[in-house]
Amino acid sequence: MKQEYTLTIYTENQVGLINKIAIMFSRRKISLESLNTSPSEIEKIYRFTIVVKETETVVKNLVRQIEKIVDVFKVYCNTNDEIIWQQMALYKVPTAIIMKEVKVERLLREYGAKAVVIQEDYTVFEATGQDEEVNNLLQELDKFGLIEFVRSSRIAIIKSSEGIHKKVLDMEKNDPTKQPINNEFLNHKSVIFEM
Amino acid sequence: MKTTVRSLKEKTKTINTTGSLAVIDALLSEKADTIFGYPGGAIMPIYDALYDFKDKLNHILVRHEQGAIHAAQGYARVSGKTGVVFATSGPGATNLVTGLADAMIDSTPLVCITGQVFAHLLGTDAFQETDIINITTPITKWNYQVTDAKEIPEAIAKAFFIAKSGRPGPVLIDITKNAQLQLFDYIGYRPCIHVRSYRAKPNVRIAYIEKAAVIINQAKKPFVIFGQGVLLGNAEKEFQAFIEKAGLPAAWTIMGMSAIPTDHPLGVGMLGMHGNYGPNYLTNECDVLIAVGMRFDDRVTGRLDKYAKQSQIIHMDIDPAEIDKNIQTTVPVWGDCKETLPLLTHLLDKKIHREWFNEFEIKREKETTVVIQKELHPTEGGLTMGEVINILNELTGGDAVIVTDVGQHQMVTCRYAKQNKTRSNITSGGLGTMGYALPAAIGAKFGAPERQVIAIMGDGGAQMNIQELGTIMQFQPNVKILILNNSFLGMVRQWQELFHEKRYSFTDIQSPNFVQVAKGYKIDGRQVSKREDLRESLKQMLDHPSAFLLEVAVIHEDNVFPMVMQGKGVAEIILSKEEI
Repeated sequence: MKQEYTLTIYTENQVGLINKIAIMFSRRKISLESLNTSPSEIEKIYRFTIVVKETETVVKNLVRQIEKIVDVFKVYCNTNDEIIWQQMALYKVPTAIIMKEVKVERLLREYGAKAVVIQEDYTVFEATGQDEEVNNLLQELDKFGLIEFVRSSRIAIIKSSEGIHKKVLDMEKNDPTKQPINNEFLNHKSVIFEM
Repeated sequence: MKTTVRSLKEKTKTINTTGSLAVIDALLSEKADTIFGYPGGAIMPIYDALYDFKDKLNHILVRHEQGAIHAAQGYARVSGKTGVVFATSGPGATNLVTGLADAMIDSTPLVCITGQVFAHLLGTDAFQETDIINITTPITKWNYQVTDAKEIPEAIAKAFFIAKSGRPGPVLIDITKNAQLQLFDYIGYRPCIHVRSYRAKPNVRIAYIEKAAVIINQAKKPFVIFGQGVLLGNAEKEFQAFIEKAGLPAAWTIMGMSAIPTDHPLGVGMLGMHGNYGPNYLTNECDVLIAVGMRFDDRVTGRLDKYAKQSQIIHMDIDPAEIDKNIQTTVPVWGDCKETLPLLTHLLDKKIHREWFNEFEIKREKETTVVIQKELHPTEGGLTMGEVINILNELTGGDAVIVTDVGQHQMVTCRYAKQNKTRSNITSGGLGTMGYALPAAIGAKFGAPERQVIAIMGDGGAQMNIQELGTIMQFQPNVKILILNNSFLGMVRQWQELFHEKRYSFTDIQSPNFVQVAKGYKIDGRQVSKREDLRESLKQMLDHPSAFLLEVAVIHEDNVFPMVMQGKGVAEIILSKEEI
């Protein structure tokens, strides 16, 4: 049965890595529901959050193949109940209409949205939540002359994970070239060719 | 440019050197002795540096970059060393693509160094610019573009480490011309032994080995299937000890062939679509299937939902991604089989499964009666491929390196060739690359100069990289070229006959006079079509002091059997076309 899986991938910060990861999916004709990439809490280590709708067998295989990429540290794969996840959305609506409509204010309170910019001709609201909340607000604001809308990709925190810090340290322990020093390596400057 | 590497090494302090010289020093430090390559504009500085090291690095100038990479593959497969390839940017680099894909799927360690346009020209559609990094990403184990000479020593060190460690594979390093020319402070070469985000092999888990041992000890009908992992792990002895202690019948995949001698008493033959009858059939009758260093390729498994369903499965592999990829395992034994096999062997009971082994014998007899006898010992009609291989076995005694191309001759050769020594079977297994044999044989000869190397190919494959005869002419590797000419693209024709109502759509390929072509390259040759001349002509080929081309005209429309047809289970293997 296909369902949503959130993959959390920790990688070296290297040019072209997004392609190396993306082709793992495109080769199997799997489309990405969402993709986010950003620096992690550790300097020079990046975190990808990818959402796919697939069967367990396919995702399991994918995870192992992605982990095989030389510059990938670790891949976590979680179902929605194993993660805390959010996405952000921006809504642009005509200021004139919302000034008149009392309802809008109530809506915004209901959805925890806030105004980011208020201009004479338009106002931009921001809301954070899961698909349902973002979509509901979208439907509501559509009634008030929504001009533009954008949503971010999903970001997720894994409920059970100990984080990557310890894992990377463990990996460093296998490094026969030097004694692991707590956290110090993380500030090492030439990470790509760290040997 | 006058600086020599020797003088570089004598000084411990940094030295001003060029990127190109750093490339050469890296290769020397990695003990590379042979490079297969082809120069061009964007790699000229490296070739210029190479000029001063002709006595240390044997550069083989091929006739096409595809020839270079297949030669490097042959070299790597026969020697166990990492093959090194040079090519220029653009078309030079793209010509490597087939070989990279082949090396990737067959886990062959290669380091390919390509030239690239100046860094400031990247992305401008400069002359001979091609985005080779993105092109080769799915078909390399790792690739990296160097735009600054300072990165060269580390990049090449990492390339050699990644190519050879764990499950081997091809690595491509793309070096922009400015980096090759650039002067930088060189502190000497440090080999790479660790990449923090890369785990070459998984940790061995003793619990799984113990569990596997219990299952094998309880088995009534255990069956071992093994692949190239045994060869890549240099674990031939460990493997032999393993099967011999527990009396386990063992069958090889095409890539695993020659890890044990083909006439080993426990060897029951080859798996796969055109493998032997017994091992295919009995896969579905064993109670424990032990897969060692193999990846359950679809040509081996046939239809997956009819594959060894009755059996418990123990999968030993160095690549965790292979476990449960195609076949659900009962016990995964992760790790290098060089380490895991002795641990497992230690826990096994000494046994002989005589009755079970007998079943393989019975199947073997049936296959011999229906297929093998008339293939190897025909008395009338045209020459068969099998009888050529049979006589070759008698003449070589099974000591030669056999390099095959792709198609009917490949299946026939791998079915019948006798091989006593490890790393004797060089073929394009996973990718099925026609045109592989000739260049791979050239590389194999440089990788194992003391061994007899025989390239066996069909008339189709022979024409696909025929330009490499020029390489033989220039560098004189003593390779024997045996063309089994059936005037067809035989394997495709076989399928057309069996599954497409004999509609021979463009499989009737014409060939030049191969002997004349060879003669043009100053290579001696001979054509043979009569049974009475066969043995003597093969002997002439083998005894010839230099390269020799022998073209044997074989039956035009012969089929390779047995066969596991597409979409069928392994136990549905057929011995003749009447069974279809």
